[in-house]
Amino acid sequence: MSQAVSEFLRMLPFLVAAWLFVVGLYGIVTSRHLVHLIMCLVVVQTSTYLLLLGVGYKIGAAAPIFADIPVGTPAVDPVTHALMLTDIVVEATVMALLLALAIQAEERAGSVDPEQLRIMRG
Amino acid sequence: MIVLQAGILLFVGVIGTAVVFTRNPLNQVIGLTFYGLLMALMFFIFQAPDVAFSQIVIGAVVLPLMVLLTLAKLKVKEQRRK
Amino acid sequence: MNYQARTALFIVSGLGFLCFYIWGLHGLPGLGHYPGPYGNLINSLTVYERHATDAVTAVNFDYRGFDTLGEEFILFASVMGANLLLRKQKDDREEDPPLDRAQDRVVPPTSDAIRVTGLALVLPIVVFGLYTISHGQLTPGGGFQGGVILASMPLIIYLCGDYKAFDQVTSHVLSEVTEAVGAGGYAIAGLISIVFGLNYLTNFIPLGQTGDVLSSGTILLISVLTGLEVAGGLVVLMIAFFRQTLVYRKADDESREQDEPSRQ
Repeated sequence: MSQAVSEFLRMLPFLVAAWLFVVGLYGIVTSRHLVHLIMCLVVVQTSTYLLLLGVGYKIGAAAPIFADIPVGTPAVDPVTHALMLTDIVVEATVMALLLALAIQAEERAGSVDPEQLRIMRG
Repeated sequence: MIVLQAGILLFVGVIGTAVVFTRNPLNQVIGLTFYGLLMALMFFIFQAPDVAFSQIVIGAVVLPLMVLLTLAKLKVKEQRRK
Repeated sequence: MNYQARTALFIVSGLGFLCFYIWGLHGLPGLGHYPGPYGNLINSLTVYERHATDAVTAVNFDYRGFDTLGEEFILFASVMGANLLLRKQKDDREEDPPLDRAQDRVVPPTSDAIRVTGLALVLPIVVFGLYTISHGQLTPGGGFQGGVILASMPLIIYLCGDYKAFDQVTSHVLSEVTEAVGAGGYAIAGLISIVFGLNYLTNFIPLGQTGDVLSSGTILLISVLTGLEVAGGLVVLMIAFFRQTLVYRKADDESREQDEPSRQ
């Protein structure tokens, strides 16, 4: 029993990441509002943070800042943190670009429903 | 520690799902702000203070501001059409 | 394809995707069992090689400096794109005074207590942002976080004042110049190391004493330049969104509706 629980805990961040990815995609596919669609994309984006966080974490390790701990103390992987850190700020500006696109799409199509974007209709 | 980590991961999963299934964008942006702060808490618990730092400001200030301004603009345009 | 068919197709394929995803995850080392030597090597080397005590900032602005340059240009390009999409169109006119409040609702005026508290917060926010940028190599922080904190200053002024106050403290030209100086300066800082006969973006400034503010060479320089770019870029975005929402209105609706059919 405890074997199964520890196996579940070992995989938990990856399982949550997979779930958020698929749920976010579901929100995008079924969305009826462009702004709702963009916020679902943010949720898809956060699934990568969970994945990176799970990869870089070490049990019992400290944060990778050696200002007040001696060098050589076990610390978590700083590379994954650097990846997430830049991505969070860049993601905010990319989302601003998407919101600007949504405003202009509403201007052209007269509706915020992605179904009503006539130019996109195949 | 492991209980705290498992708890925050499950909480993030549940709130993320709730954000997707909130269909009204105005309600959803409140959920998204809460979700962003929850992510920041998760980064702290997983020993990533640098990441938590930028997530707090982006998730609590920049994203809600942009979304709310967009919704205000869309509402003005909708009123004009009537 | 209609809405129901698309949703049904997605539910089937999404569930299939989820199964394969979880199957693929099965081979990963579990949470807390970090496999690679790379992070451990960087953790044990940053303090000796770069005299920086925050390994994340050292990775960001030195070991992976070229990659961060690419991310910077994504940020630059998306700010430019959003600014372009939200510019004043030909048939826009400017609302004067700006429509700062919803017209169909009575909004109570901001209370004096909020105004005073907000104004008192402005200076600490600027100081904290500058501190975060300049101490990025020592403690958690750096150009990205500090830049975002600096950019939240005009927002505080909007929240406890009005759009007019926001308009007076921000300058579109100045923030654009700040952003451009940050982005260009980063690329030029890389070129300077070529002049010294080193590889692009190599640390060429003397490393200094570990723990000092002026230590770790180019990491501090690049952190400051990134802070300028992020702060400038976000303020440019805020100005664009505020103008689009509060100031610009279509001149007349009829002309637009008339030429609509010809566009189809």
